[in-house]
Amino acid sequence: MAAASRLEGMQTAQDLIICEHCDSVYRRRTLARGDVADCVVCGAVLERHQWIGVEGQFALVVTSAIVFLIANLSPIVTLGLSGMSSATTLWGAVIAMWRDGAQLVAFLTAMTLFFFPLSQIAIFGWVLWFARSGRRAPGFARAMWALVSIKPWSMIEVFMLGTLVAVVKAHTYFDVVPGAGIWAFGVLTLLITVFSSLDSRELWTVTREDPA
Amino acid sequence: MNAPPRGRDLGLMSCHVCRLVTAWTEEPHAVCPRCGSPLHARKTGSITRAWALLLAAALFYIPANVFPIMRTQSLSSKDDNTILSGIVELWRAGSPGLAVIVFTASIIVPMLKFIILGYLLVSVQRSSGFVSRQRTKLYRFVELVGYWSMLDVFVVAILSALVHFKILSRVEPLPGVVYFGVVVVLTMLSAMSFDPRLIWDNRKTSQ
Ligand SMILES: [Zn+2]
Ligand SMILES: [Zn+2]
Repeated sequence: MAAASRLEGMQTAQDLIICEHCDSVYRRRTLARGDVADCVVCGAVLERHQWIGVEGQFALVVTSAIVFLIANLSPIVTLGLSGMSSATTLWGAVIAMWRDGAQLVAFLTAMTLFFFPLSQIAIFGWVLWFARSGRRAPGFARAMWALVSIKPWSMIEVFMLGTLVAVVKAHTYFDVVPGAGIWAFGVLTLLITVFSSLDSRELWTVTREDPA
Repeated sequence: MNAPPRGRDLGLMSCHVCRLVTAWTEEPHAVCPRCGSPLHARKTGSITRAWALLLAAALFYIPANVFPIMRTQSLSSKDDNTILSGIVELWRAGSPGLAVIVFTASIIVPMLKFIILGYLLVSVQRSSGFVSRQRTKLYRFVELVGYWSMLDVFVVAILSALVHFKILSRVEPLPGVVYFGVVVVLTMLSAMSFDPRLIWDNRKTSQ
């Protein structure tokens, strides 16, 4: 256990921040509202002012959970053709791909539009619930790792644009009636834009280990 | 204004999960004292991994474009569309704006990813010190736009689920869409494997 004992005495510097794209070292600044600290060497974003507090972020996550539920349960669009009609939900799209021989695409769709976004909402909600009182949730480190890893694989925004393209394509031959699902995905896209202006890793600095 | 010091020169590095700054270590089993994630000064096997994934993506890109991605069937006709012919159809149907968006997401973005990642990898292997800042910006661009290429895959998924009017009218996915989905995932993995800090390490000349 030589490595472990060496790390016990490892020096850490809470007031420093290193640019992830070019390795430049900076001292953390106190950011004012709307401030974004950029790396002067490579132009990457170093840190952002957390313009929504923990309480507000928690409220946004709860909102996202409700909207996500609606987005998954309601039809996205309904098509009409000579008296017949056909509607689909997100899961309808997954099942159609699975049944028609594109299982890999069905899997990708289910992961990037359902499981990853759902995990993000659930995990973020979990850590924020505890962070409201400045505590770290049980499994905090694992949860924070999961949030960082999942982030690039959540593709709600792309699906939103894809739905618009599909609607326009179908419009040539069918009567198209937008359903509640499409509005819910639109709202989710807006919420994602808000979340992407925040950095969840800041929770490491605003929470403390439970004294117990 | 003086350039700030680099972590490697100060003997510092940071955790990629929680960003805590620690002393530099090349110990392979080192873990972050705050969050317990494995610590790597640089992404491991970055160049090899990024190249392998990029080449695999380029290989799958051929069937993704050659094979049709979607079949539109009606009583009188059967129409198979590739990515490109689907875009042409969208243009002709009177939605040039959307045609441009789909063309950008499905053709231009994957092409740019191949060109930019290939260029970044070659330039890093040659220890180039040329326009490092711009190259880092190119990397961020690839990271930012990468997943938008899934657009066409989702379009096919939605249409396949929606257009289901028995023999009257039907849309089905075809193998091209599977290859295309694989290309998007592989290029994303390739971009994630690349470590942009390599652009700034070992530069023979600095501008
Ligand atoms: Zn930088
Ligand atoms: Zn850490």
